[in-house]
Amino acid sequence: MEIDPFIFRLSIFILSIFIGYYVVWSVTPSLHTPLMSVTNAISSVIIVGAIIAGLAGNSEGGFTISNILGFLAISLAAVNIFGGFLVTQRMLQMYKKKKKGK
Amino acid sequence: MSANLSAIFYLISGVLFILALRGLSSPETSRQGNFFGILGMTIAITVTFLSIGSFSSGLTYVLIFLLIGGLIGAFIAYKIPMTAMPELVAGFHSLVGLSAVLVAISAFLNPEVFNLGSPGSIKLASLIEMSIGAAVGAITFSGSIIAFLKLQGIMSGSPITFRGQHLLNALLLSSIIILTYLLCLTQSSNFFWILLLVSFLIGFLLIIPIGGADMPVVISMLNSYSGWAAAGIGFTLENSALIITGALVGSSGAILSYIMCKGMNRSFFNVILGGFGASEQSTSLRDKEYRPVKSGNAEDAAFLMKNASSVIIVPGYGMAVAQAQHALREMVDTLKKNDIKVTYAIHPVAGRMPGHMNVLLAEANVPYDEVFELEEINNDFANADVAFVIGANDVTNPAAKNDPQSPIYGMPVLDVEKCKSVLFVKRSLSPGYAGIDNDLFYKENTLMLFADAKKMTEDITKNL
Repeated sequence: MEIDPFIFRLSIFILSIFIGYYVVWSVTPSLHTPLMSVTNAISSVIIVGAIIAGLAGNSEGGFTISNILGFLAISLAAVNIFGGFLVTQRMLQMYKKKKKGK
Repeated sequence: MSANLSAIFYLISGVLFILALRGLSSPETSRQGNFFGILGMTIAITVTFLSIGSFSSGLTYVLIFLLIGGLIGAFIAYKIPMTAMPELVAGFHSLVGLSAVLVAISAFLNPEVFNLGSPGSIKLASLIEMSIGAAVGAITFSGSIIAFLKLQGIMSGSPITFRGQHLLNALLLSSIIILTYLLCLTQSSNFFWILLLVSFLIGFLLIIPIGGADMPVVISMLNSYSGWAAAGIGFTLENSALIITGALVGSSGAILSYIMCKGMNRSFFNVILGGFGASEQSTSLRDKEYRPVKSGNAEDAAFLMKNASSVIIVPGYGMAVAQAQHALREMVDTLKKNDIKVTYAIHPVAGRMPGHMNVLLAEANVPYDEVFELEEINNDFANADVAFVIGANDVTNPAAKNDPQSPIYGMPVLDVEKCKSVLFVKRSLSPGYAGIDNDLFYKENTLMLFADAKKMTEDITKNL
């Protein structure tokens, strides 16, 4: 019997939870705020779904509700992607080591 | 681009996201990590465009909306003051939640595009995945909005509770399962809309009973939810980048919630059920007789610190409110010039989100190797001359160690009282969020400095 592709996706999902578990425990507590902002940015990869929805063609021309929802979702996710990565960048720039020759 | 090729690219971007989080294990590698994250996102978006192949008239609009969102995001990222990070993160979570909902709705209305079947006969598995994604997304959205409003101070930070709250929540949660079942059975869109509505309501009801100072847990929890929502949508779209990311973010938020709960010695359910620090405790406190405190001014504080050889600084939410981090760093610079050893002690739940204080100190150019976590520094208090508590309260309360009656009993606290002398910068004697009096105020070796944290710190610097 063939294995349902869903099982493969489930495997990816479960293994990723474990990866996440170990990777996040190794994050230093002083970087927990950047961790939140960067996870926030990457979870906006949901934009791929929004792009598919926004670009879906239809025979009559004009836009369906589905298209319009896609557009909205794109802009929301884009706010997050740009905002999330840039604000993380801004924070990480501030974490500097003590200047030498003290 | 073939489906297999794009799947491989999605996998690559998933791996890059893992590396992005991995980079955060130390400040040196963190910037590189963030770059991996950006790279992963760029790959994911580019592949999506290429895999569609034939572009409809929607392309221009897609790009325009992408640009608008990007500009708004970039603008916010540059303008936001570091003290407002908790609000920002809560706001961003709500956007992830809402976009998950929007994607789920458009997949429900137009399933052909996503290869999920046709309207009215969507594949069963997809329907379940879609419902989970949409429900969790909706909960994340409305919950984050409430968290945002509470953090912004637009909504009162005090918990809102009413009778039957838990029963209502339990009923609503179980109705989600029933609605999903009915939706799968009938494919009727009505159930889908009701499901969304109920989920929005749950998010709202879940967060209103939670008090302002429990926000670190709430934000982490919502962070986790936004991940699970993304994973749910990932299953619907059969997209590995989304599934990997969702799982990463979901477990990340869960771990942070766990760390925050441990920092308060409370169980996760205790926080979620809310109502901590409700009015009963604070009213019983008012009956207590007046106890004398020693209060001083900037001159006294400066004198104490000048004669110290080591000073430990304990920042808290009050420092963020007063925006005192820069003034604090200037004070520390002056102290260091006098050969006084200065370190910072950070409690896990200081501030309104995980790592809040660390970011503020980093903003004020405090080198991160002078900043220590509770376990690292707690033994040093006994050898330090002065503890300078600025805007923190409950995290220093010795009642957590020696008063089993106290609501915060068992919470890990900073052993500030072991210092030779303690300086407490506070606006008034009012108790902290837990509504508990702090015995430290009345100790022989404690000097209270009643003032705005920023003003007081500046005055001390002048007197040094």
